Amino acid sequence: MKDKAVAKKKHEPLFHVVKRDDLAWWQVWLIRGFTIVLGVLLVIFFSMMITGKSFDKTFDIMFRGVFGRLMKGSTTMLWKYLQEIAILLSLALALTPAFKMKFWNCGAEGQALMGGLASIMCMIELGDRLSYPVLICVIAITSILAGAIWGLIPAIFKALFGTNETLFTLMMNYIATQIIAYYVYIKGGGSNVINPVEAGNFPKVGNNDYFVNIVVVAAITLIMYIYLRSSKQGYEISVVGESQNTARYIGINVKKVIIRTMVISGALCGVTGMLLVAGKDHSINVNSVGGQGFTAILISWLGQFNPFIMAIMTAIVVFLRIGVAKVADTALLNSSFSEIMVGLVILMLVGCEFFVRYSIKFKRKKEAKA
Amino acid sequence: MIVQFLCRAILLGVPILYGSTGEIITEKSGHLNLGIPGIMYVGAISGVVGSFLYENACGNDIEKMNAALAILIPLLSSIVGAVLMGLIYSFLTVTLHANQNVTGLALTTLGIGLGNFLGASLISITKSELPSIALTKTSSFFSVKAPFADKLGPVGELLFSHDFLTYLAIAIALVASYVLNRTRVGLNLRAVGENPATADAAGIRVSKYKYVATCIGSAIAGLGGLQYVMAYASGVWSNNAFGDRGWLAIALVIFALWKPSIAILGSFLFGALCNANNYIQGLGAETQELFKMLPYVVTIIVLIITSMRKKREYQAPESLGLPYFREER
Repeated sequence: MKDKAVAKKKHEPLFHVVKRDDLAWWQVWLIRGFTIVLGVLLVIFFSMMITGKSFDKTFDIMFRGVFGRLMKGSTTMLWKYLQEIAILLSLALALTPAFKMKFWNCGAEGQALMGGLASIMCMIELGDRLSYPVLICVIAITSILAGAIWGLIPAIFKALFGTNETLFTLMMNYIATQIIAYYVYIKGGGSNVINPVEAGNFPKVGNNDYFVNIVVVAAITLIMYIYLRSSKQGYEISVVGESQNTARYIGINVKKVIIRTMVISGALCGVTGMLLVAGKDHSINVNSVGGQGFTAILISWLGQFNPFIMAIMTAIVVFLRIGVAKVADTALLNSSFSEIMVGLVILMLVGCEFFVRYSIKFKRKKEAKA
Repeated sequence: MIVQFLCRAILLGVPILYGSTGEIITEKSGHLNLGIPGIMYVGAISGVVGSFLYENACGNDIEKMNAALAILIPLLSSIVGAVLMGLIYSFLTVTLHANQNVTGLALTTLGIGLGNFLGASLISITKSELPSIALTKTSSFFSVKAPFADKLGPVGELLFSHDFLTYLAIAIALVASYVLNRTRVGLNLRAVGENPATADAAGIRVSKYKYVATCIGSAIAGLGGLQYVMAYASGVWSNNAFGDRGWLAIALVIFALWKPSIAILGSFLFGALCNANNYIQGLGAETQELFKMLPYVVTIIVLIITSMRKKREYQAPESLGLPYFREER
């Protein structure tokens, strides 16, 4: 008897996992907010461990690394911070309609690079032939087209044959990278660098280089919110994402939606490329996007397809990226430390979704005895 | 010339082969692990740290180093590092049902950051002038060749002149192929990947299979990173040198139609394609850059062809990428 009881006890799990009913939105955000705070504290803790500095000091370096001497009225760093947010956010926004359709566009990097390539080609080849307003228009049109085409190619094959889009778009990144390497080699005379081009730069507003970029991305954020939420196309995207069969049943042309959405996604990536080249670097190289296409995927997912939440998530991620890099820098450590920390916080956020969707029920003592 | 080209292709292909054998095993359990590039990075840097510590413990004197330890320490540390990454991935995706693509990509960010950070830290410890860390002594143990390779002419060079990790890669791929297709464990694993609910009903412990498959897959992929550092780069680690081989490994999975045995030949083909630009006569440096896109173009073409033919045995496991929760049917 005793043996049997022991054996039975062994098979009874200590707890089991139950799917939750929908939580109220504030409960969900309480979980996520708590995770973010915990994540940031952990990041500061790890930074303290490797640098050996106090909590205050570490946070101070992080804060000043991101915002500069804001208290003393200097806004240079703040604008740079906003600029970094703008680039990452615009990539994440570009990916969002595709993700909502369950189309894993891992090719933001390549699409943005192609957009940037179109910009720099216009700036170099047409810079002294066209008047400034015409040049800017040509840059915008060609960049958007280049990004859209780079997004269109995998979309066509996905729509016609169901080709795996994750890997297709991933491979397109590296093809774009090699094309950039080729172009940079020709124009840079074998030096892997193109000197900053004067023509076709976005105008400064006041004394600010990045104002145009930030305004453009803010506008895209708003438009994307409305597009996904209130337009017919946004509705079609969400139906196709939920179930392609349902979409077909209610008369949505799934192939058309896939292709159209990816053209939009690619075109917006092309816009990012233009912002990077014409609005920020005035040059291009294979690392211009610098792997942000992947971070953008994570942001888009963390933001739950809501552009405003994505903006907040971007702000946090960029804060950690710049801030931790600064902490590592001041301690003469490699700034890749910030990548580890960003990865850590994102993994924590990914993990915390479990507690949003499931709850753990512990076996009560009484039940176990009975 | 041709023999040299082929040997080089094999050398370049082996890290990709490790990565894709690992990924095939993981994907057979229904998990698309996009963290493989990061895991290979971690495998490489763990091996580097392990051999760095051992070389230092021996006072950087090759006479004092024991051949078996010089190989085992990096090998084990590489496996441990990679398995830890695999555990993070499987805890998040199997136990916490997290989204696999997102988890994988975050893990890649983490792994590459970890590799570069530790690499840079080691470089600053050695105070070397170059931005790299040389473990040529450990590497010399890894790249011991068969003594009779030189005597057999070109054939001998082609077949017997490689480091032991290359042969290990081929052996692992063949064993994986056998286990997947000819044993009960393999059958169960494939069942888990195709339809976990059915497998569960048949009494297969789904979570256990998923965990073990992911961790073994990660360990194998990690060895790919180690082979890259110790054999290909002759023990020299420099940041970001590993490049995009991890993504190529994932591409090779599709190229090989989820069959490790095809992956062996595929990896050599990838190696040849990566290297073709150096062996075609009369290419300018700028055209070489264009030639470097060959492996990616070939992958895309294979991707399109397999999706057009729609043969059932050429497809991914049925429930690849989908989380499995027992109480939800």
